Amino acid sequence: MESLDKIKKIAIDPYEYARNLKQTAGKPVVGNFCSYTPEELIHAAGGVPFRLFGTKGDILMADAHLQSYCCSLVRGGLEDALKGNLQFLSGTVFPHTCDSIQRLSDIWRLNAGFDLHIDVVLPVKLDTASARAYMVDVLKGFRSDLEAALHVSLSDDTLRQSIRLYNRLRLLLGKIYEVRSTDPDVLSAQDLYYVIKASMVADREEFCDLLTSLLDTLARKVSNPTANKGKRIVLSGGICNHPDIYQALQESGAEVIWDDLCTGTRYFEGQIEETGDPLSAIADRYMSRVVCPAKHLSVTARGESLVRTVQTQQAAGVIFLFLKFCDPHAFDYPYLKKFLDDACIPSILLEVEEQLPSEAQLKTRFETFVDMI
Amino acid sequence: MAEQTDNGKKAPSKDPEKERRKIKSVAKMKEIMTTYYIEAKTAKDNGKKVAWITSGGPVEFLIAMDVIPVYPENHGAMIGASKMGVDLCEKAEEMGYSRDLCSYARSDIACSVVNGGPIGGLPEPDFLVCCNNICGTVLKWYEVAARYYNVPLFILDTPFIHTTFSEGAKKYVIAQTYEYIAFLEKQCGKKLDYDRMHEVSRLAVEGLRHWQAVLDTAAHKPAPMTAFDAFFHLALIVTLRGTQVAVDYYKQLLDEMNQRIKDGIAMVPNEKYRLLWDNLPVWYRTKWLSDTFAAHDACLVGDTYTSAWSGVMDLIDEDNFIETGAVAYSSVYINVSLDMMLETLKKLIRKYDVDGLVMHSNRSCKPYSLGQYDLQKLVMKELNLPTLIIEADMVDARSFSESQIETRIDAFMETLKA
Ligand code: SF4
Ligand code: SF4
Repeated sequence: MESLDKIKKIAIDPYEYARNLKQTAGKPVVGNFCSYTPEELIHAAGGVPFRLFGTKGDILMADAHLQSYCCSLVRGGLEDALKGNLQFLSGTVFPHTCDSIQRLSDIWRLNAGFDLHIDVVLPVKLDTASARAYMVDVLKGFRSDLEAALHVSLSDDTLRQSIRLYNRLRLLLGKIYEVRSTDPDVLSAQDLYYVIKASMVADREEFCDLLTSLLDTLARKVSNPTANKGKRIVLSGGICNHPDIYQALQESGAEVIWDDLCTGTRYFEGQIEETGDPLSAIADRYMSRVVCPAKHLSVTARGESLVRTVQTQQAAGVIFLFLKFCDPHAFDYPYLKKFLDDACIPSILLEVEEQLPSEAQLKTRFETFVDMI
Repeated sequence: MAEQTDNGKKAPSKDPEKERRKIKSVAKMKEIMTTYYIEAKTAKDNGKKVAWITSGGPVEFLIAMDVIPVYPENHGAMIGASKMGVDLCEKAEEMGYSRDLCSYARSDIACSVVNGGPIGGLPEPDFLVCCNNICGTVLKWYEVAARYYNVPLFILDTPFIHTTFSEGAKKYVIAQTYEYIAFLEKQCGKKLDYDRMHEVSRLAVEGLRHWQAVLDTAAHKPAPMTAFDAFFHLALIVTLRGTQVAVDYYKQLLDEMNQRIKDGIAMVPNEKYRLLWDNLPVWYRTKWLSDTFAAHDACLVGDTYTSAWSGVMDLIDEDNFIETGAVAYSSVYINVSLDMMLETLKKLIRKYDVDGLVMHSNRSCKPYSLGQYDLQKLVMKELNLPTLIIEADMVDARSFSESQIETRIDAFMETLKA
């Protein structure tokens, strides 16, 4: 699978990919930490939205700015910025999410030394008309901030083109997830992780072509959804930046068939209306998409949605995967677990720090869980 | 609430010097708080509604609607001060809440279930009002409460200010204020009396002014009160803002402080070093901290926390509270960027003319604590002011290492003295 190899290459070393992209295509690469980044606008302004996942190295320089009780995504992101590993970025966009990201934005602005720095202070509640009006207002502001920072003028038509591209990207990602859910043998969970990760950093036009060809190959491989060996499970949480987890899961007899992750379905769920006012259309997707725990839709929205996902995907259990020190996810955990318990869906929680537990430890935990379900 | 700073170990015979330094209004304060909590706990019997509200939320509307406001955060502080925090936090952890979450939230959530804590749990809410101008934690915490009590939740979403407060944000918070009024009218089954609201707004602003004046007295050398006293006396501006009771009390307290200045009564005998405190108090260790600093002739004269409420009062026009209040509440100390916090910090450093800054790096409170290292560096660089960081937690005593902190304080004081 040539397309898969290309995709994996991007996902395994996204920084290298971005450096090349910047050199060859000359496009500004714009960093971000969140699935609420209005990427369509960045794309329309000629930029390549680039998702940051934390660091692979040790955290040394960020220690001078952030206490130890802060999640590894925030600490790791800052570490790479301070080390100069992110020189390929023109700058970063910070949508408002959690308290830690909010402060990271300040620290970043004061220390990281990029020209482009835009805060997109989205509403926290997504269930009222005034919040929607404010959201549209914020997007308007973001549009002019981008225009100023990237010295472009951004027409509604260009924006609509970007929306169409992103709709295509989301559709393709959704289809790949679907195919895999039907027959997990066509693509390993780890490879799926590479696909979604690459989709958040790559030049999106090219990437859509890669995805189209990948989807073709996969569709041809689908055999009769035979009795699959692994137990079907759903991953739920924030970001996962540890491909090894998928490996360990598979070897423990768990087949990840769907997820409720920021670096997963939350990235591609929901489409944007292609006609009408593009900013309102973008806002409408955020107002109706599956909600992240740092936002408010209703007090039970996430619980209901998780149970529904498990049932639609005919999964046997849920593994919660949180970064340690992540408040929004940790607050939702007891209630999500209760919703699952009430629906007789078993679950376990894995809190991930900067370093993963040893492979053996991971496997023991996963195996115990798999035996239980 | 904090313990008093000056009530020492129960000595058999009272030291007259110590007696003289005690703040006499404390008794009145305790009486007011007791009455308030009794009223809150018996609200149902008296046909009154109870609302839980966050400390940064616009309580004035509740007062005007005759709803009794109850503050889970103040409850958290009481739990901390009465040293019941660890027990309740552990209980919350058994319920599945991570130890890394805010200890106000953890201990209060546990309290709801076990009816524990210093006052046997808070009165149940009829509805909840959450204003996220202090943190994202309160949003999650109030969602938990909304599920647990199965009551309506109103969220007042105040966009964070990184550089500017946009016109759109202003429109948004004003629109929400009207939604808030409509929500209250629905919950209470009656209309808001705008004349009453005006009176409450006036009292709120008056209370804030008096409170700020009380805090300002500590600028006097030696200071008639310390930040530890401010922590204790803060409860009314949070809990009863917009009432005559709060106004009268702070007037009385202000008179007492002015009298102390006249009489030359200092809270810390031999005050030589003046310090500023940053972040929430370490509720279960206020006395120990105050004694430890006092042993070095150091007095914590001011802090960034207790002035958070009055810090934005100049933005409020009491004749147009509905619209100006919304903007003011969005602009409070921890809803703004580090550079904006630095400006406030500098003002306080100058106002109190301090010799050093003590920052409590509070595991519980990420919006307040993350960024402190940068603030510290900026303060040292721009003002050449010595700083000390203490790693602890406001309620969860498991995160407090006495020996380590004592060593750090000693070392810090040595550099100040050098
Ligand atoms: S993982 Fe959690 S704490 Fe970290 S940035 Fe994401 S939402 Fe915030
Ligand atoms: S202590 Fe901090 S995190 Fe906890 S409720 Fe208060 S502001 Fe929020």
